[in-house]
Amino acid sequence: MSVSDIVLEVDRLRVAAGAAVLVDDVSFTLRRGAVIGLIGESGAGKTTIGLACLGYTRNGCAIAGGRIVFRGQDILTLSAAGRRALRGPGVAYIAQSAAASFNPAMTLFEQVCEIPVRHGLMTAAAARAVAVGLFRELDLPDPENFGRRYPHQVSGGQLQRAMAAMAMAARPDILVFDEPTTALDVTTQVEVLAAFRKLIREHRTAAIYITHDLAVVAQIADDIMVLRHGRMIEHGTAEQILQAPREDYTRRLVAERVRGHSFVARADGGAALLSVRDVVASYATLPRVIDGVSLEVRRGDTLAVVGESGSGKSTLARVITGLLPREAGEIRLGGEVLSAGLGGRTLEQKRRVQMIYQMPDVALNPHQTVLDIIGRPIGFYFGRSRGEIRARVLELLRMMDLPESFIDRTPGELSGGQKQRVGIARALAAEPDLIVCDEVTSALDQLVGEEILLLLKRLQEELGVAYLFITHDLGVVKRIANKVAVMLKGQIVAGGETETVFAPPFHSYTALLLSSVPEMRGDWLDEVLARRL
Amino acid sequence: MLRMIGLRLALGVMTLLGASMLIFAGTEILPGDLASALLQNNATAENLATMREQLGLDRPAAVRYAQWFGGALQGDLGRSLATERSVARDIAPRLGNTVFLAVYAAGIAVPLSIVLGLMAAVWQGSVFDRMVNTVTLMTISVPEYLIGYLLMKYISVELGWLPTLANVTEQTGLGERLYLTLLPMLTLVLVVIAHMMRMTRASVLAIMASPYIEMAFLKGIPKWIVVVRHAFPNALAPVISVVALNLAYLVVGVVVVEAVFVYPGLGQLMVDAVSKHDVPVVQACGLIFSSAFIVLNMLADIAAILANPRLRHPR
Repeated sequence: MSVSDIVLEVDRLRVAAGAAVLVDDVSFTLRRGAVIGLIGESGAGKTTIGLACLGYTRNGCAIAGGRIVFRGQDILTLSAAGRRALRGPGVAYIAQSAAASFNPAMTLFEQVCEIPVRHGLMTAAAARAVAVGLFRELDLPDPENFGRRYPHQVSGGQLQRAMAAMAMAARPDILVFDEPTTALDVTTQVEVLAAFRKLIREHRTAAIYITHDLAVVAQIADDIMVLRHGRMIEHGTAEQILQAPREDYTRRLVAERVRGHSFVARADGGAALLSVRDVVASYATLPRVIDGVSLEVRRGDTLAVVGESGSGKSTLARVITGLLPREAGEIRLGGEVLSAGLGGRTLEQKRRVQMIYQMPDVALNPHQTVLDIIGRPIGFYFGRSRGEIRARVLELLRMMDLPESFIDRTPGELSGGQKQRVGIARALAAEPDLIVCDEVTSALDQLVGEEILLLLKRLQEELGVAYLFITHDLGVVKRIANKVAVMLKGQIVAGGETETVFAPPFHSYTALLLSSVPEMRGDWLDEVLARRL
Repeated sequence: MLRMIGLRLALGVMTLLGASMLIFAGTEILPGDLASALLQNNATAENLATMREQLGLDRPAAVRYAQWFGGALQGDLGRSLATERSVARDIAPRLGNTVFLAVYAAGIAVPLSIVLGLMAAVWQGSVFDRMVNTVTLMTISVPEYLIGYLLMKYISVELGWLPTLANVTEQTGLGERLYLTLLPMLTLVLVVIAHMMRMTRASVLAIMASPYIEMAFLKGIPKWIVVVRHAFPNALAPVISVVALNLAYLVVGVVVVEAVFVYPGLGQLMVDAVSKHDVPVVQACGLIFSSAFIVLNMLADIAAILANPRLRHPR
């Protein structure tokens, strides 16, 4: 490899938003055909670095120092028009959510052909031919006509691949992938990841691959850079980072992914707390979302409901809590039949089933203090006085390992993990028997999510509360649940004790799900693809 | 999608029915019995009874409503009490004048406000943006009659460029008509432009925060193309409904401007009819105004449905 192979050189990059420094002293070089993985939790500055490589900063941010040299030219010295000419044909961007990043009012052809046509590199017809070729390369269905569709007419995995086609349309030197598979289901993620890797290898395009998932980056990157709070923690070859991390932070990240041991509690048995029999539910005009689901939760149980998006997991939670009335079937709580709608349930029945939500940011009223939020169910269900409520809220905060001073804060003054703890405290304030946890860790960073799981576990041991734990993360299931139900298209296809369901012989769908969870080994993707052929 | 459009049409028809009932009921309960108003000093008990019979006031209200609305649907709006001529024939030229002025003003105001709104969005925060915002806010805040008189004073009286009055007749040719109504048209444009321009600007800017707009910038597309091609099509729905509201105002709400410029429009006719207790004319004008309002809003709803690619191209 010669020096002229270097397509990008980032040198002591510094990005600031006013007085706050988002990225500081980050340097790396990228050769033709090489892939560097940027790893870190949210707020690590990964996306900011990726965007800076296109000479772009989000509102309020500015590149405050360093150089970004693209093929011998420092892009920070370019004029606005010069930077615009670079974006697309020189460096192209692939965003996390294709659903949000495609314009809903334009066809895929219009959007995919836009880079070569608007930059005056191809005629509309030539660009269209290139698009069709890329659609074919990316295994998209009916490549000739695929581009005539609007974004809402294709699936999430297809849209993510269409975005890769859009980025590749003008044959850029560098692709910036920003968490491109994070929003996808595990089984879809495998296909999309394979398509991306094929594209990069065949076109010898250099790439910056941004993700928080070490196992994903292990499949695609030659080098890995670990970032935290905008600073470089560690930078080395993929093998070195994964096998022999030098820094403590990297070791924690790696350890979190490979943790194999299970700390599943035994349920104390006894009569069923919640029993769901042949429940059917649907939204207005659509086909059945839940179709004949039966399950049982005992005191102290953690029942994990797993499945991909659209399988009916969250709908099941809404039916159990009564937010969505069931159409048929029976739900019993401690022997009493629960009415379908929330209106028909007694205060006591409502109190016994509480819920924790996926997005702590939107599940808490931003105008209320922590005291109001946690105190409301105490006043509502138990009718306590103001003084008693305050004492109880302080007690709950201590249980959540939150400082007592948080009682007067509003959600805006808390971090994501702290907000989720407040959400848990609110659920516990009602002293429920069953808590429905809907993807409670998926909006949180790995290490923060890990702490939330440990907290839930400890609370269960102390209080004996049962969890119905909805998740798409199989790693979480193995660690926290003693029972599991695998959902597919509104039905439970496999269920029972966790070790039974997750040990051979598997149901075929369970096997597919399990084999799709990325592993840290660099050859994992090849193995999976080979097995599926 | 056809079902949604059908629903809009059905709702429009029901609203129109409701509005016609309100108009009928409203004129029924106007103070002063129609017969006594007509007879004035000759209102002896005997005369009143005869008059009521002639007018059909002795029959129940529901029957009279059915007759009136049924007639209106066939274009028969009854006879004017003041002139004893067919209301439809009296109204036709006036309605033509009102629609002419509305179309004239809309033809200028709608494209102008959308272009200004898009330009303000492209140059958000610039001097141009602030100037357009301030000026249009001023013109919408000043009552329309005052704008009318100010334009008249400066443009007609002091500069002598345009006539002060817009007294058109049925014989006035198109060119002459456009010239005579230039001043009332300008007044109306100044009144309606702010609302549409600000809505265009605000809804485009709201869309500009979307990830797909950032994506367009990351594809190296110039800003004005991003605004016009990527943002505006997604910002159409609120713009359409505001345009419809303003079009409706141009038909229904211009009575003050008509009075200022002595323009023989429908609004003037209605005001005259109210002062003369000419109930059939008042009812007819009310029905036309409410129909215009309902039809324009219904069309806006349908256009907004058609502007949504998710509904136009189902999965």
